[in-house]
Amino acid sequence: MVEITDVVCSLCGCVCDDIVVEVEDNKVTKVKKGACSVGKSKLMGHGRIESPAIRENGGLKDCSYDEAIKKAAEILAAARRPLLYGWSSTVCEADKVGVELAEEIGAVIDNTASVCHGPSVLAIQDVGLPSCTLGEVKNRADLVIYWGANPAAAHANHMKRYSYISKGYWTEEGKKNKKLVVVDVRRTATAKMADVFLQIEQGKDYLVFSALRAMLYGHEDVVPDEVGGVSKKDLLETVRMIKESKFGITFFGMGVTHTGGRHNNIVNAIQMTRAAHTHTKFSIMPMRGHYNVAGINQVCTWETGFPFAVDLSRGYAWYNPGEVSATDLLVRRECDAALIIASDPGAHFPGESIRHLSKIPVIQIDPFPNPTTEFADVVIPCAISGVEAEGNVYRMDNIPIRLRKLVDTEYVADEEILERILEEVRAIKEKGGD
Amino acid sequence: MGTKVNLISGRTIVQGQNLDNKLSEEYFNEVATCELNKADMERLGVAADEPVKVKTSFGEVVVKAREKGGTPEGIIFIPMGPWANALVSGNTHGAGMPQYKGIDAEIEPTEEEVLHVKDLMKRYME
Ligand code: SF4
Repeated sequence: MVEITDVVCSLCGCVCDDIVVEVEDNKVTKVKKGACSVGKSKLMGHGRIESPAIRENGGLKDCSYDEAIKKAAEILAAARRPLLYGWSSTVCEADKVGVELAEEIGAVIDNTASVCHGPSVLAIQDVGLPSCTLGEVKNRADLVIYWGANPAAAHANHMKRYSYISKGYWTEEGKKNKKLVVVDVRRTATAKMADVFLQIEQGKDYLVFSALRAMLYGHEDVVPDEVGGVSKKDLLETVRMIKESKFGITFFGMGVTHTGGRHNNIVNAIQMTRAAHTHTKFSIMPMRGHYNVAGINQVCTWETGFPFAVDLSRGYAWYNPGEVSATDLLVRRECDAALIIASDPGAHFPGESIRHLSKIPVIQIDPFPNPTTEFADVVIPCAISGVEAEGNVYRMDNIPIRLRKLVDTEYVADEEILERILEEVRAIKEKGGD
Repeated sequence: MGTKVNLISGRTIVQGQNLDNKLSEEYFNEVATCELNKADMERLGVAADEPVKVKTSFGEVVVKAREKGGTPEGIIFIPMGPWANALVSGNTHGAGMPQYKGIDAEIEPTEEEVLHVKDLMKRYME
């Protein structure tokens, strides 16, 4: 048995990096400390895709890596409007090859930001983002707001490691000297911990941000007795807490991005942060979901100039979410082949777009069988990044952290699979005199 | 006609624990569900774990009802996953983002069975 310390969890955007595990017979046998129950479940592992496979007569038939990679390359090289989607649950090294592949075949490359914090990206491009690192939050913040986010379920270590419950340089007393405000439609487990819980009516986030902005600028007279289901009294209490805080932070989640208004909600959230700056230090940060969705946004930006929804069919990068984002492409039935890696649109896309995806040739690269496997035509199993393969990822505050390899595997890593597909595609194109 | 409700979706702990295990019973038991508050359960006349049919203009799906305090009246919550997404529109209103929360829906008791992931996916392939 070997004990491995400083293990990094490759599940959510918290990217916890102080986990201790035990490894025996080349298997993680125990997660001793550091991980939440979700991270523990990831590290302990689940049933795998056992072999590369190609669909024949409706069923998946096992084949070799070489055969699957060749078939994948043939599909991609023949496609006129390929979509390369996912990239958030793998490492930046693989993402880099993915962008190169997209360039080679003139594909649209999009990542899971397009169905999680895409609207946040649009808002940030619009008005900027006064943000900070999670380390700063830990060491300084005495007021934490979770808006449309339920870390108790989705980022279970977030409060303990970085925010409300953590203890830092100027916050050594932990939550004793901190305040927690939660804004949500449901009284979630996170909401139950709050000093002030603003239970808003679904879809009324924009109004409540606006009311708080007005009050922070000293115009409470224009705010009615109730806004979006929240009483003026509770809004005033929240404003008082903001004004009295030394350093505040708003963490916002899918409750704000998934609802009507989309990026406009986030623009208003960022403007509320600006309004808070007239009184104190205040910051804001999106609660990124996948452990490396921030990383693919980084890689895609430094390679193409844009963070997601990039069309490379013109020979230069064309960025237009709403036109070339995955959901839109699929709903318009525009793409004729797709490579899905490190994500599961079968589970997480609207039914309307899965309908087209399930009918075109789909290549799936993933360690685990999932709903996308049900219709994938080429299935290529890969090593689990952070357990069987190492590489760089970006935490939700855009801090790069290196995932560790804990055990050996015969599964091939994402980066190598993509390099081999790229090589095959180039060979096919050369043969075709393209 | 069913009762009009506002549908939202989102993460749960067990859904997260089974992200890499979506073909399992545990995932099915957690994600093919619909949380409602007590008053709405009574109004519909359904008990815990009884099937309900949820319909939107984009699709319909059968899930198991589950009572959950803290859910406001008129709101139903289905954990993010293939069952919730059977009800979601692909219209992104020019932003790339589908509307996963705040969807007009109708809910009613049903005798129909909850489909497993594989059967749910088959519906798309037809
Ligand atoms: S909070 Fe996220 S990164 Fe940390 S252990 Fe849990 S799942 Fe892993």
